Amino acid sequence: MSKKQKKSLLRILLGGALLALCLALPLEGIWRLGAFLAAYLVSGGDVLWRAIRNIFRGQVFDENFLMCLATVGAFCTQEYMEGVLVMLLYQVGELFQSYAVGKSRGAISSLMDIRPDYANLLEAGETRQVDPEEVEIGQEILVRAGEKIPLDGIVVEGSAAIDTSALTGESAPREAEAGSELLSGCINLNGTLRLRVTKEFGESTVSKILDMVENASEKKAKAEDFITRFAKYYTPSVVFAALALAVIPPLFLGDWSAWVSRAMSFLVISCPCALVISVPLSYFGGIGGASKAGILVKGSNYLEALSKAEIVVFDKTGTLTRGNFALAEQAPAEGVAAQELLEYAALTESYSTHPIAQSIRAAYGEELDLSRVQDVREISGKGVLAQVDGAQIAAGNAKLMEEYCQSGYAPSEAVGSVVYLARDGKYLGHLTIRDEIKEDAAQAIAELKAAGVRQIIMLTGDSRAVAEDVAGKLGIDAVYAELLPLDKVQKVEQLLEQKSGKGKLVFVGDGINDAPVLTRADIGIAMGALGSDAAIEAADIVLMTDAPSKIPQAIRISRRTHRIVMQNIVFALGVKGVALVLGAFGLIHMLAAVFADVGVSVIAIINAMRAMKIRE
Amino acid sequence: MKKVYRLEELDCANCAAKMERAINELPGVEKATVNFMAQKLVLTAEESRYQEILQKVEEAIRRVEPDCRIVK
Repeated sequence: MSKKQKKSLLRILLGGALLALCLALPLEGIWRLGAFLAAYLVSGGDVLWRAIRNIFRGQVFDENFLMCLATVGAFCTQEYMEGVLVMLLYQVGELFQSYAVGKSRGAISSLMDIRPDYANLLEAGETRQVDPEEVEIGQEILVRAGEKIPLDGIVVEGSAAIDTSALTGESAPREAEAGSELLSGCINLNGTLRLRVTKEFGESTVSKILDMVENASEKKAKAEDFITRFAKYYTPSVVFAALALAVIPPLFLGDWSAWVSRAMSFLVISCPCALVISVPLSYFGGIGGASKAGILVKGSNYLEALSKAEIVVFDKTGTLTRGNFALAEQAPAEGVAAQELLEYAALTESYSTHPIAQSIRAAYGEELDLSRVQDVREISGKGVLAQVDGAQIAAGNAKLMEEYCQSGYAPSEAVGSVVYLARDGKYLGHLTIRDEIKEDAAQAIAELKAAGVRQIIMLTGDSRAVAEDVAGKLGIDAVYAELLPLDKVQKVEQLLEQKSGKGKLVFVGDGINDAPVLTRADIGIAMGALGSDAAIEAADIVLMTDAPSKIPQAIRISRRTHRIVMQNIVFALGVKGVALVLGAFGLIHMLAAVFADVGVSVIAIINAMRAMKIRE
Repeated sequence: MKKVYRLEELDCANCAAKMERAINELPGVEKATVNFMAQKLVLTAEESRYQEILQKVEEAIRRVEPDCRIVK
C-alpha cells in the first residue's frame, strides 16, 4: 500500500470509530450535530477540501464537489448518520479502487519485467558492467548463467539453455551455441555465453516489445470512447435532474426535505467512475495477459476488433507451413535402394545452394565425399548434370528427364517439387520435396472454426496442387494459389467486400513481403516476426512464436475481454439506472444509492481484473 | 513533435478523461492521450511552440487534478 492509501485507510478507521461513538453516546441538540460533524470532517475532510479548491478552478461537476453537496445536504435535512456513512463508504470505494488499479498495474509491469538493467561489456579481455544503451553494434558482451540477455546478438562462444518464456510464453528452454542468434529479454539458464551485439538497445527486441505494450492503450477501443463520451454527458444530466427533483415537485407537492433528500441520492450516483475505470482496466488486463502468452496486441481497438473475427486469411508459407523444404517422399525405381537414390541425389546436388538441393543434402545427413563428384553442370530451368563415380547422373524436372533419360521414366503425380534422377540414361526414381505443415496448424484451424470464424482462406504463391494438398489436410475452406504479392492485396480487398458489416477480416502473414496486406486487412497478424522490423511496424498483432495455434488463443482472449467489458457496461449502467428511478420515487435511500456508486465500482473493478488471467 | 510523459498522482479515471479532453482543446495540440492505466500522457503538438504548449498543458492538468504532475 502506498503512503497515500495508508493515510486514507487511517481516515476511514478513525471516521468509522467516531461514527460508532456518535451513535452510542446519548447526545442531544447542538452536541449531537457537533459530534457528527467531527466524524464527518475526519472521514471526508480531504474530499471537502478538494471540492472547495476545485470550485475555484472552475471544476463544477467534480466528483468531490458532488459528494460533498450530497453529504452536506444530508446534514441539512438532519440525516447526520447518513451523511457521515455515505462519505465513509465513498472513501472505502476510492481506496479500494486505487488499491486495485495499483495492483493490476504492478501485475502487468512484472509481466513485462524483461527490461535488462546492465550489460557485461567485454573490452580487452575484461568485463565491465555498463548500461545496455552504451553498448554499440559489433562489441562483445558476456552473459552469465541466470542473467538476462541485454541486447540482441549472435553467440560467439559458449553454449547454454535459454529461457524465452518472457518473450514467447513458451516454457521449454531453447539451446544456444556458437552462431545462434539470441534475442534480448530471454534468460540464460546455465552456461556462459559470449555474444556479439547486432542491434543497439533502442532497436533491440526488448525495447520494441516494451514500447509496443506501453503504447497499446493509446489506441482506444470503441467501447472506451463510448464510455468517456457517455461520462461527459452523464454527470451534468444527473446533476440537473437532481436539481429539478429538489425544486420542481415540492413547488406543487410541498415536503421540501423529502425531495431534497431524494435529490441527494441522485448526486451520490452521479459519478461515472465505475464505468470510466473498468473498461480501460479490462483492456489493459487483456493486453497484459495476451503478452504473457507471447501475443503482442498493439492497441485496445485491435483486441476489441479481434473478438469479431469473421474471415481469417492465411498466407500459407511461414504461417501454416514452416517455409523450409523437406524431403517428403522417396520413390526409387525397381532394383534401386532408397538410400542409393538419396545418395546420388545428394552428391549431384552437392554444389547447389538452391533450397531444394539443401533439403536433399539435409535428408541424406551424412558427410559427402566430394571427390566422387566431377564435372557438375547446371542446366537452367531443368536441373543438374554431374559425373558421379564415373557415371553421368541427371537430377532435375520432367524436362530434364525427357532429354537425359531413355528408359524407365514415367512422370509422377506427387504434390510438391519433384526431383527425378537418371544414371547413364536409366531411370533411378524420384524424390518429392515439400514444405512441411506445422504440427499445430490443423489444431489451429479446427479451433478457429470452433470459435465461430465463418471462413478460413489460404493465399499462396505456390502451385495449385501444393496449395490444395495443404488446404485439404488442414480443412481450409478456400484456396487461392499462384498469387504474386500484389495479387494478395487485391484478393484481400475482394474478401473485405464479402464480409458482413460488423465482422472483421484477419490476415495472418509471416512478415516477409506482406506488409501491404497486413496494413490493408482489418487486423494484420505477423507471426514469429521478431526478426522482421517491417512486419512489426505494419502488423496490429505480433505473435512472438511461429505457432498458428496462438491465433485462436488470441481470439479467445479478445472475446473474454470483450465479454467482461460488456458485463461491466451493462451491469454498471443497469444498477445506476435502476437506482436513479427508485431514488426519484423515494423508494431507496441514500445508503442504497451509495452502493449503486461505490459497490458497482468495486464489483466492476474485480470483474475487470479477471481479464488479466489467461487460461492455458 | 510527439513526446511521452509520466504523470504522477493521477488518481481518478474520470479526471484522466477530463484532462484528455481539455488538452485536446488547447490550440497547437494535434493529439493528446492520457492513459490512466499506464499513467502516461502522449502529446503531439506543433514543434515551433512546443514549450509554450506544454506549459498550457500543465495548467490544464492542474485545473482538473491539482495534485497531478508531469514528470519530464
